[in-house]
Amino acid sequence: MIVHDEVLAARAPWARVVRAGETLRVVDLGGNQAVDCLLYDAADPVHRYSAADTIVGQRNIFLVEGTQLLSNEGVPMMTITATTCAYHDTIGGACSRESNTLRYGHHTAHQHACVDNFLHAAAPFGLGKRDLVSNINWFMNVPVGDDGMLGIVDGISAPGLSLDVRAEIDVLVLISNCPQINNPCNGFDPTPVQLQVIAAP
Amino acid sequence: MNEETRTATLAGARDDARSRADGAPTTGPTVPPTAAPDLPVGVAPGSVVWDEPVPGGGYASCQLPRNAVLQVSDPDGDACVQLLVYRADQTAERLNVADTVKVQWQAYLGEGVLLLSDMGRVLMTIVDDTSARHDCLGGCSNRRRNDERYGDGSMWGPAPNGRDLLALGAAKHGLGRVDLGPPVNLFKSVRVGGDGALHLDGSRRPGTHVALRAELDVIVVVANTPHPLDDRDSYTVSPARCTAWLGGPAADSPSTPERQRAYENTALVLGAHS
Repeated sequence: MIVHDEVLAARAPWARVVRAGETLRVVDLGGNQAVDCLLYDAADPVHRYSAADTIVGQRNIFLVEGTQLLSNEGVPMMTITATTCAYHDTIGGACSRESNTLRYGHHTAHQHACVDNFLHAAAPFGLGKRDLVSNINWFMNVPVGDDGMLGIVDGISAPGLSLDVRAEIDVLVLISNCPQINNPCNGFDPTPVQLQVIAAP
Repeated sequence: MNEETRTATLAGARDDARSRADGAPTTGPTVPPTAAPDLPVGVAPGSVVWDEPVPGGGYASCQLPRNAVLQVSDPDGDACVQLLVYRADQTAERLNVADTVKVQWQAYLGEGVLLLSDMGRVLMTIVDDTSARHDCLGGCSNRRRNDERYGDGSMWGPAPNGRDLLALGAAKHGLGRVDLGPPVNLFKSVRVGGDGALHLDGSRRPGTHVALRAELDVIVVVANTPHPLDDRDSYTVSPARCTAWLGGPAADSPSTPERQRAYENTALVLGAHS
């Protein structure tokens, strides 16, 4: 049973508590749309998603079907139960106005960015800048070369690809539908995504 | 009554406490730091502001001014130092490992690499690195992980976890667990295979060091605990040493446009403060 269903506009933030057992489904409607995501224990937000614990836990940087999204205390927060996009990123972080100036030039300082979406979405829950850590980038492709070269390259997603993540505990989910226009994470064209919450079976 | 013991009275207890420094081992910080041994060539003893061994399972922290150089060394070759960095006068600005690797197009740290804040500025520059085996991806151990691996991963037990130690170091500067992001690991490297698999290079390599120059006034917090990918059954980590001195040389010309702009952003905030 779908308990929540909406199309999140391009460039927009989103936040919702997903209860233990519920599944969050994210659908890449337009194709190659990065969806930045952070997770917090709804009962104790200092207990939160950890990209490092997650990739160490599975000894691989790519988030795939079966990946457990671990907290900074090593607790499974959510599990990827299905994904039609082969893998997702969690080492590339979120774009910010400030880092955009380093990556693309000082002229980008007033372009909208994921960190601003996170800050806006987090505030009603009493969370702020200190609560932001390395995030998940659904549908984003960040390979690492033999020499350590790393970056965002053309995506491997496509219109209609989707992923399901099941909450293992009550989780506050923050999402930024990435507004980046300077790299291929959104195909240089941010598009809407569909967000559904499906009740526990 | 404990009249037989030397600590039964206040004066006796005081004398006992004072006697404990006599002939004590030199495992603590060098006091004064200007007496630090084995300084790098060219470092004046009078410029040293911090010199402290960090035992395996230990932590330390220090506030350092802009242009100070922090050298972290691994004399016995099996240290694994988790490092967090905060901007001292605005601690909500802190090390961001994702930006550090993404902005510089490079997952692996080495000489010339910048430790970037989450505000597009340079917190520290790696100015010297004889190890070249570090890690921006793996983060630190936590209580649960060390409990599973070593039996007791408590901060007060025989196998202290990195996260709880970093929390203590941060707390000494008024920071809380909310302020703990993923740290950098020094002296143990993680390399990424073409399939995304993580490979730890945890081999023992005595006598290396890495030196980082502060580009803003910073708070550094370090813990010295086994890497979370360290598969050895025993809690194995050799002592590290932190030595810092004032008056490091100015930055070399940045080698990439991204680094150039990071220094430019850093200069902006310095201008605002002068």
